[in-house]
Order: sequence, then structure tokens, then C-alpha cells
Amino acid sequence: MTKINGEEISLPNPTTIKDYLTLNNYRTEAVAVEINGNILPKSSYDSYVITEYDTIEIVSFVGGG
Amino acid sequence: MTEQEFNNALIERHGLEVFQKLKNSSIAVAGLGGLGSNVSIALARAGIGKLFLVDFDTVDISNLNRQQYFVSDIGRPKAEALPEIIKKINPFINIETLNIRVTEENAYEIFKDYSIVCECFDKAENKAMLINTLLTSSHNITIVSGSGMAGYDTGNTIKTQKLSDRLYICGDRVSGIEQGLHLMAPRVGICAMHEANTALRLLLGIKEI
Repeated sequence: MTKINGEEISLPNPTTIKDYLTLNNYRTEAVAVEINGNILPKSSYDSYVITEYDTIEIVSFVGGG
Repeated sequence: MTEQEFNNALIERHGLEVFQKLKNSSIAVAGLGGLGSNVSIALARAGIGKLFLVDFDTVDISNLNRQQYFVSDIGRPKAEALPEIIKKINPFINIETLNIRVTEENAYEIFKDYSIVCECFDKAENKAMLINTLLTSSHNITIVSGSGMAGYDTGNTIKTQKLSDRLYICGDRVSGIEQGLHLMAPRVGICAMHEANTALRLLLGIKEI
């Protein structure tokens, strides 16, 4: 099953990373996405279709430092 | 004080092996504000061989509540003021600086020679930009990043998380300035020390958090 930020999630097919980010109200300017341990380039957000074998980490950065 | 005396003091505390590993290492620090000034000083005290310090900004009075600068530094470029402070702590450290604004276009060229980069920016978009740009363009860089350290909520929610072999995130992940919280020295310091400790562990070959 797809895992996103440690949680098992069932998603309709096809769901792209862009779809998922939009549905969950992420600010795409302030996120980084890793799929199976590798960073996904921003240019691939709307073409990458999430599979049931993917382990995904989405970091939503907040300001301050 | 001779370099030998200084090194011996570190060797006495850390042991020869740790001392040598740190002395032979370099780390890049992207941003020299609340996170970056604290991370840099901690690593300098630990005996790191070289720091590469990057920031375009100047010291402002509003920085003094959490950044390691002095009143006399107000108005000076951080890339100039911080090395001076560090050299008073560790006179034998090698410091390279770049007084420049890091962008998507120049980030790779700036940091490509470093295997560990501490992300110490303030804006969420710039944090994301640095992580996305460096991890996409390089296979050799590991980033230690900070996100979520504002306010005076308990410090116990600030932690280090390993997202992958090349990305570690320190902070509580949620307390940002977007929510009207203000950055204050203690929590910013806790987050900065998480970054510095993570970087130090990486240099000593420890990848687990």
C-alpha cells in the first residue's frame, strides 16, 4: 500500500503528486517530496503517478531560522 | 596560544580519533541568522576544520534576540562579522565566506564541493528551494535542514528526523512565523544544536538519528 509520511493510504488511480498536494492543501512553493528515498524534481510533480509500492515523504517547510 | 596547545585541549576532551575526523572535515552553512550563526559556532567549538559560510544579509538590531552577533556588528555583513566572532573562539579554523543571495540558479555551483550542507534559511520557500535544487542536481550532498522553531512552546517537540540518506529535518515541523509566532533564542538554539549535532554525527560516520 502507498505510504505517505508514515501512514498507509489508499489513493484513486491515477493520482499524481500534484493532485495529492492540491487535495491536501500543501503549498507547493514550500514543499519537498521524496519518493522511495529520492527527491522528486518539482518539474515532475504533475506527471508522477503515485503507485501502491511508493513510500513518500512530504516535507512542508515553515518559516523561521 | 599555539595551534598545538589548542588542538591538545580538544584531543583531551574528544579523543584523538574524533578530533582528527572533525579537523579533516568541512561543512557548508547556508544562512547565517538564528540557525546559521548558532550552528557555525557550535561546529567551530567542536573543532571542525573548515566552515563555508554563505549569507547576503547584514546584522540588524532585530537579530540580536537570537543570533550570535553583538551590538557592534549592527550594519555589518553577516559573512564578515561571523568569521571574526568564530576566530576568537577557534583561531585555527579555516573559514571561507560568500556574501551572496542563494537562488535556484546559483545554489548548485555554490555548494557543489560540499558533502554536508546545513540549511539555515528563514523563508519556507527558500528552504524548499535549497533542498529541491541541491538534492536534484547533486548525488553527493546531504542536507541537514531546520523547520519549525518559533515561539516558546515546549522545547521537547523539537527533534531530528531522517527522511532519507541525504535529508535530515530538525525542528518541530509546525511552529513557523506564518502563524504569528516569533523566533526566540532558546527554541531557535535547540533547533540549531540539533542541526549541528546531526552534522557532527554524520562527520563521525553515524547516519542514524
